[in-house]
Amino acid sequence: MARLQGQAGNSKDAVLISVSMLVVFVAAWHLFTLRPAFDPAGLTEDQLHTMEFNGDIMQTADGGYAWNPEKEKVKGVPGPLAVLEKTRTELAEAFVKKGTNDHGIAYLVLYTVTRFGAGFLAASVVAITLGILLGLNKVLFQAVNPFIQILKPISPLAWMPLLLYTVKDPKWTAVLVVFMAALWPTLATTAFGVNSLRKDYLHVAAILQLSWAKRLYKVILPGAAPTIVNGLRISFGSALVAVVPAEMLLGELGVGYLSWIEWNNLDIAGVIFAILVVGVVGVILDSGFNKLASLVTYQE
Amino acid sequence: MASMSEKEIAMTPQSRSRREVSAHMVDVKQPSAEAYLERTVERAVAAAVLEAAGPSRRQFLAGMGGAALAAVIGEVFPLAQLKAFAADPAGKPEKKDVSIGFIPITCGTPIIMAEPLGFYKKHGLNASVKRAAGWAMIRDWAVNKEVDAAHMLTPMPLAMTLGAGSMPTPMYMPAVENINGQAITLHIKHKGVKTAADMKGFRFCVPFDFSMHNYLLRYFLAEGGVHPDKDVQIRIVPPPEMVANLKAGNVDGYLGPDPFNQRAVYENVGFLFMLSREIWDRHPCCAFTVTKDFATQYPNTFHAMWRAIVDATHYASNPVHRKEIATAIAPTNYLNQPVTVLEQVLTGTYADGLGNIKKVPERIDFDPYPWHSMAVWILTQMKRWGHLKGDVNYKAVAEQVYLAADCDRIAKELGYPTHKATSMTHTIMGKAFDPNQAEAYVKSFKIHSMA
Repeated sequence: MARLQGQAGNSKDAVLISVSMLVVFVAAWHLFTLRPAFDPAGLTEDQLHTMEFNGDIMQTADGGYAWNPEKEKVKGVPGPLAVLEKTRTELAEAFVKKGTNDHGIAYLVLYTVTRFGAGFLAASVVAITLGILLGLNKVLFQAVNPFIQILKPISPLAWMPLLLYTVKDPKWTAVLVVFMAALWPTLATTAFGVNSLRKDYLHVAAILQLSWAKRLYKVILPGAAPTIVNGLRISFGSALVAVVPAEMLLGELGVGYLSWIEWNNLDIAGVIFAILVVGVVGVILDSGFNKLASLVTYQE
Repeated sequence: MASMSEKEIAMTPQSRSRREVSAHMVDVKQPSAEAYLERTVERAVAAAVLEAAGPSRRQFLAGMGGAALAAVIGEVFPLAQLKAFAADPAGKPEKKDVSIGFIPITCGTPIIMAEPLGFYKKHGLNASVKRAAGWAMIRDWAVNKEVDAAHMLTPMPLAMTLGAGSMPTPMYMPAVENINGQAITLHIKHKGVKTAADMKGFRFCVPFDFSMHNYLLRYFLAEGGVHPDKDVQIRIVPPPEMVANLKAGNVDGYLGPDPFNQRAVYENVGFLFMLSREIWDRHPCCAFTVTKDFATQYPNTFHAMWRAIVDATHYASNPVHRKEIATAIAPTNYLNQPVTVLEQVLTGTYADGLGNIKKVPERIDFDPYPWHSMAVWILTQMKRWGHLKGDVNYKAVAEQVYLAADCDRIAKELGYPTHKATSMTHTIMGKAFDPNQAEAYVKSFKIHSMA
């Protein structure tokens, strides 16, 4: 009981430390990005006019000049308030479609998650199937393993031009890039997991004269599950890393595309917003995946 | 030849639909009426082509027999194609929902603004414009049929047709988008630079190998005695990154598309050293393109797009409309740029980055006519800088890709001015370029990268 209380106290401390770290970071960010108010001293009327024409400054109600807030958004690294403002406007239009190239953030997240999900699921099915086959047959495993080892470290994005050239469709190319990213870790670990399954299990299954399908579902899959899930977890991470740059390069609508478009306008607040979205989507997907994974794993 | 072109035309869906129509409306046992129609169309098109091709061509052809004449025209012009286009100018589009790829720059203004300002709709199309992140992507979209038509750089359809830098894909360039509209932007620290010779050792960027930007920058440097492949570095960089690179001091300058020249001024990092019109006034830059495949498969849709583009380009040419256009193309769905930057580019009243406000109304203009001589000039420069190897039939390629004669026919239908010739002499940095002396022109340059 005392130990539990201690743990609760520790986690409370951790939250407190996390929050204060965040506060310190945001405050420092705010201070470093603060700009002094515009001071027209020493500038001629002509210079002021040119600056106003160029959008640097704008006339205030009392006839003086101030920095143009429109331009502050795209100038240098924006402060936390600018990012907050950008987040607010983006979320307010989350479900708005303004034409072919400007969809709300909710749609962009949906596109990315769909693309990610399709590629990851397809890769998982293929990798687990192949992995079991390789795991059950030692000779085959040894024959194929060198190829897996060579293909595994290739960046999934390196495949992109070739995929684009062969499938001739950017949507499918994006899915296939995710597929390539998610394939190898699951394949390698599944083969390893099945291969290093306790031989006792297989012996028992043989003695009980279980059918092939029963052996697969009752013995092999559950036995190798922890290793397979581990492989899936690695695949998950690498697929998540691949989907954003694939969207950037292919110009397919999604959160990666959002970050690219904000960059196109040199709107750094928008870029920061896009990065935050990628982070949040990653955390949500990851926790969902962990929930699923805990259903199929067990402690030996 | 005549029988072959008849066979060709029989294969186009255009002629099939015409046959079906005539089968319903006229007595089926009257093939002569149909043959008569085809002959008439053929004759009219041939006449139009010859007329547009200019007096020198007519003189050249005058001494030839009819069959040889048809063979020559057939070789140079996609005659069956033109007949299909000409036969039914107001035909219903076979495909109403079309997508058109674009790059978010002011050069593509007519293609882009035609959506928000309703030009596609006016010509019977339900079109949406799709933004691409770079020129290579747009090329792939066009080849892979991801889009039906595309905004390209004027050298691109030539390069693609010839298979330079990609698989050979026959392209048509029915209309030029903008003329002028580029600039050499330098980093603010190079305020003192006055001539090309001062730029030795500079690092530049251009948006694409096969771009007017690349050829104009190379021309300008070489005229100033600077070898673009030896004395400076020229890199391929997407336009938005040009400004970011200039900011970071990674590059000394660029010849880029707007709004990214004006954007450098807006960001207080660069100044406009020279507008591209000071190198070649009224030079072409971007274009509206389709693959030959698309034009063959959907001639009426192609035609409707063409009319919309010619219409929009003339509309954009009128200075009165420029502020309205700047507002229409500024949103995130199109250029995603501050309106004030686009206004400065399009109206030609702009801050130059050195503290002056300049008024150059012709900084950018819009004129759809795809002069064959422009294509020939581009091909000479492609040859000059080693982008094309071997012998080039300049004129034949130009006439195959740039559809000048038909662009004029569409302009005439819409009530816009037309031209007497498809080629002219251009003056580039004071030096005359005669498209009939292309090979001699290529050989006249001391600085080049030919083997």
